[in-house]
Amino acid sequence: MKLALGPLLYYWPRDTVIAFYREAAGWPVDTVYLGETVCSRRRELKLADWLAIGEALAAAGKEVVLSTYELIESDADLRAMHSVVDNGAFRVEANDMAAVRALADKGPFVAGPFLNVYNAGTLSLLAGLGATRWVAPVELSRDGLAAVVADAPAGIETEIFAYGRLPLAVSARCFTARYNNLTKDHCEFRCIEHPDGLALDTQDGGHFLVLNGTQTQSASVQSLVTVLAGAKAAGAGLLRISPQSRATGEVVAVFRDAASGALAPAEAAVRLAPHLPAAACDGYWHGKPGLVSEWDGIRELVTESEATP
Amino acid sequence: MDQVITLPQPVAAARMKLVCPAGTPPALKVAVDNGADDVYLGFRDETNARNFAGLNFDDKAIRESLAYAHRKGAQVLVALNTYPQPATWRKWQAAVDRAADLGVDAIIVADAGLLAYAAKTHPQLRLHLSVQGSATSHEAINFYHERFGIRRAVLPRVLSVEQAEKVVARTPVEIEVFGFGSLSIMVEGRCALSSYATGESPNTHGGCSPAKAVRWQQSPRGLESRLGGVLIDRFGEQDHPGYPTLCRGRFVVNGDTYYPFEEPTSLNTLELLPRLQAMGVKAIKIEGRQRSPVYVETVTRVWRAALEECARDPQRFRVKPAWQEALAGISEGRQCTLGAYHRPWK
Repeated sequence: MKLALGPLLYYWPRDTVIAFYREAAGWPVDTVYLGETVCSRRRELKLADWLAIGEALAAAGKEVVLSTYELIESDADLRAMHSVVDNGAFRVEANDMAAVRALADKGPFVAGPFLNVYNAGTLSLLAGLGATRWVAPVELSRDGLAAVVADAPAGIETEIFAYGRLPLAVSARCFTARYNNLTKDHCEFRCIEHPDGLALDTQDGGHFLVLNGTQTQSASVQSLVTVLAGAKAAGAGLLRISPQSRATGEVVAVFRDAASGALAPAEAAVRLAPHLPAAACDGYWHGKPGLVSEWDGIRELVTESEATP
Repeated sequence: MDQVITLPQPVAAARMKLVCPAGTPPALKVAVDNGADDVYLGFRDETNARNFAGLNFDDKAIRESLAYAHRKGAQVLVALNTYPQPATWRKWQAAVDRAADLGVDAIIVADAGLLAYAAKTHPQLRLHLSVQGSATSHEAINFYHERFGIRRAVLPRVLSVEQAEKVVARTPVEIEVFGFGSLSIMVEGRCALSSYATGESPNTHGGCSPAKAVRWQQSPRGLESRLGGVLIDRFGEQDHPGYPTLCRGRFVVNGDTYYPFEEPTSLNTLELLPRLQAMGVKAIKIEGRQRSPVYVETVTRVWRAALEECARDPQRFRVKPAWQEALAGISEGRQCTLGAYHRPWK
């Protein structure tokens, strides 16, 4: 199975981003997704900067894909999306149907995780428009994935969200701005203070979610490192690892060894544990609530009595 | 509440349609009787996004409701607005066939593959793009128009009035916007918070924060509401405990306990009606298939009256206190907001 570094979902300072991808060029990932997908107000890097990073990664042998916004509201958002689509150098991951329209019938593209591909009918439609890879929605279980793949058009690649805090919801409202009693239009770019998002707990102390501007993520970190054989059997060809502020390279290394079979699942779990910024979860994969962890020895998200419905 | 108004004749061409919810045949009847142009409903299964016990329509109820609505000049729209699931996706195709066979006036669909199927198999069937399709720009809406011939699209509750106006001006597709009801904080079709806590979400099971995952518990710190075991809120004696919808919960961020997403509140855009009419919005949607016939009756009566006044004389349109009072009585949290239509909400 191939490894893919997902798009950076947080707002980091420009130098931090550049340093991150300079390091990533040396990691054993096959594919790197680049670009701002969450908020059009995040402009530490311009498209030209992303393209320059992409060229360096391509020179290091990586497949580079540029991702589009997960939510388009304004004309400026549309223009930015078209600039990505027409970048002229790299394949594009479409994260809404405006991007699909712009990419359709013009060559291969990636159908991103926000396109809601829950069935082979929709996947076939996208393949007919030029999608050569799709990223499953985070909610899809192993059995669901296998069912889509069983009826999928021949040759299309399947990617799953294998590691990271789950992007669960998208809003027009910015919750980081709201926390700071600011409006989105005058947000003071506070997301930059939270390199892994802003933690949201329940009133009884459970770590529940993370606010990442207009995006809401799980507090727990989805980790499928213990179920890679099943993922392969279900049809997953690429494993997406979502960047975090620390130890992403170490996470990649563990997944590389686990995917190649050099590490048994239990060993992989032990090797991965110190690099997890929070509890692990993998409920979605098992057809359960996403916050559930089937991973032996991993702390539950909330206190034990609350972890299962 | 029992008052049935006599409908004036349609006025200007700009008159917007009123689209009302029906979870049951009695709700459909009061919607039609009180002036709904369109009534939307769902089958009794996960093919619609209000898949709740005791709600929705079997074939006999749909046939009777269709006959009743058509007799009174109203149209019936069937919501097939969830995402067909991997192993059972052909069930959604069968639901499209069923709607076509029943002779409904349109189906409301979110899934692109299902729209493709409907357009190919039933070219005469009118297609509306559901709000769950998350089409937030004219380019996204035009994609569905070019590929599947959709005739109307429901805008997600994420755009400001200015943004919505630009969408309307740049698509041949009729635009329907939400006027009143429960306010979605997240982009419709793009929220998995419910399945994260409970295993079921609108996209996968046709419902958010399902009742079977709700637990109420009296604790020394107050009445607690939980969803899938996760503490959503805690209420003192002064509070009015609300249903534990995940994004209406009170949580803690850096020691502050507050509503990080939104207070319990309803969307109410009555005051925007002249603007929405002038920009060319074709239809106003009322949320609430899960609500009672009394809710449907009240909201339909008020909005019918408001739409008529707006069509007759938009310049002089004023929101009547009696309308607001009637709507406040049935609103979630008894508060109302313009939501994203008013830009600072974001």
